[in-house]
Parts: sequence; structure tokens; C-alpha cells
Amino acid sequence: MDISNAVHFLQDYIYYIGAFGLIFIGLFIMLVKRNLIKVIIGLSILETGVNLFLISVGYISKGTAPIFSKSLVKTQRMVDPVPQALVLTAIVIGVAVLALALSLAIRLYHHYGVLDLRQIKEQKW
Amino acid sequence: MRSIISLLLLLVVAWGIALSLDEIPFGTSKTKVGNYYIEKGREETGASNIVTSVVVNYRGFDTLGEVTVLFVAAIGLSAVLATRRKKEKREIEPASLVLYTGCRFLFPLILLFGAYIFIHGHLTPGGGFQGGAIVASAFVLVYLGCRGRRVSETGSKTVESLGGLVFIVVGLVGLAVGGHYFLSNYLPKGELNTLFSAGVIPIIYIAIGFKVGSELAGVIDHLVEESE
Repeated sequence: MDISNAVHFLQDYIYYIGAFGLIFIGLFIMLVKRNLIKVIIGLSILETGVNLFLISVGYISKGTAPIFSKSLVKTQRMVDPVPQALVLTAIVIGVAVLALALSLAIRLYHHYGVLDLRQIKEQKW
Repeated sequence: MRSIISLLLLLVVAWGIALSLDEIPFGTSKTKVGNYYIEKGREETGASNIVTSVVVNYRGFDTLGEVTVLFVAAIGLSAVLATRRKKEKREIEPASLVLYTGCRFLFPLILLFGAYIFIHGHLTPGGGFQGGAIVASAFVLVYLGCRGRRVSETGSKTVESLGGLVFIVVGLVGLAVGGHYFLSNYLPKGELNTLFSAGVIPIIYIAIGFKVGSELAGVIDHLVEESE
């Protein structure tokens, strides 16, 4: 593959690569790290990657945001509104999950005195 | 050792995903329903922001589920943290004059901006959830800047419940009056691109804005209280 091919490949797939880069970074953190707060941070990064992926699936080349302001010509291309609405939902639910996970981490810390998953009893991984 | 196994696992997963991503070309139109919403959304709902018309009108029932998830998470958070509520009030070092004054100056402006975002949800990017998050960020500023002040718990609970109630009542009235589905748009649609347009959408988004703002402020309140 020569340079221009590689550039075109990157132009076509850079959003997918970035989104899945974030997803894999998040998964790796969740699998490897033992500190509970870091696991929650990994979860948050993973969720950001999933949101970015959904948005980039809905993108249409040279499209604009699906909002009809007054100056906009009717025939202009617009990106798909459905993934954007879904991601709006996913972000809010992500905030809720993050808050709940942090509160559980606080309770665990009060109970065991550590955040290290190895030292918490009845916790294998 | 464990990180090597994890890396191998991730490589296998990445390989599978790369193969399947090859079938999803980037930048092309993929769904018919999206094109339908873009073409018909303005006439059917009266909102110029198509994402808003999808969230509040076409998929209003899903949004009710989403609001419920947020509500359940807030309830769960207060249930998890409430069991070890410390009764004694610790002395909090007061903030400096500059911080306190700046915080008091910015607080209403941030509230105003959040209200602007959720009132104009059907015209501009934004909406109830985003505006609610901005309103909650004003309360974060209060907790960080003017320490010692806090949100009244009954007040936030009342606003939250009223927001949810308005959403459900407006939706059920739509079910009874307007059509055959939850949240059908029975109010006059008005002129496009004006503030008083799009029927029930601004009402719903204002209710959602109040609900999300007070819910997130309550979540912040619980977390801050736990950390003191």
C-alpha cells in the first residue's frame, strides 16, 4: 500500500479508528487495572468511544447538522438524526451509570478501607 | 501476565471488529428512517431541530424510559449513600471574598444559560438534557465556590417530581386527545423557527430540563456530602 492509499484509508476510517481506539483503551483499563476508580475511568472512556462510533456511523460526507435554520437551503445534505438522538440518550444514561458506580466505590472504600480490588475480600479478579 | 492475556484478547476482538467494519462504509447514508425524519420532520412536528423532534416526538416513549433510568440511578445513589449519613456538622473553611463574590455573580448567569438551552431545544442545538446538565453545573460551582451553601433536598425532589409529572401528563393527554400514540403533538405547531412553535416539544423539554437539572444537582449534593 503506497502513501496516498494509506492517506485515503485514514481519511475514510479515521473516526472508526479513533472510536475503537477509545473503546479498546477503556476495555484494557477495565481488564488490567486493579484500582476501582481507574476501572470506573476505563468504563467512562469505553462509553465515550461507543458514542463516538455511533455518531460516526451516522455521518454523511459533507453533511451538516440536522437543524433547519432560516438561511439553510432545503436541498442541503444532512447527517442522520437517529444516531444522534440515540447518543443523546446514551450520554445521559452514561452519566447516571457513572454516578451510581462512584457511589458504590465510595461505599466499598468505607467498608474495606481500600480501593484495590486484590485486597477486597470475596473478589477474585 | 494478566496484561498480556488482556492484550491478546483485545487483539482478537479488534480483528473481528475490523473485519465487520469493512462492511460499514464511512460517510454514506444508511437508514431510510433518518431520511424520512429529515424530509417530513418539519411538517409533522414543527421543530426545526430534527434531533429534538426524534427525541421528544417520534421516540418520546424511549425518552420517558431514559428519564426513568436517570431517576432510578439518582434514587439508587441516594439509597447507597444514605445509610451512612454523618449527623455531625463539620466546620467548613469559608471561601475567600473573591471566590464567594465571583460565584454569586456567575450562578444566576449559568442558570440563565441553561434555561436558554432547554427553552430553545427545538430551534438550536441543545435541549432538556443538555440544559439540565448546565443548570447542574451551576450547582457544582456553588459547592466548589461558596462552600457551606447547599441545595434544599425537598426543593430539588419537588422540582424533579413536578418535571416528571408534567412529562407524563402531557404525554397521556396526547394519547387521549391527539392520536394513537404517547406524546402525539396535539398543540398548534405554529410558525417554523419561532420560539412558540412545535406544539408540545418546548413544554416537554422545559419539564425535562428542570427534572435533569434537579436530579443531577441532587446527585452532586450526595457525592459532596459524602466527601466532607
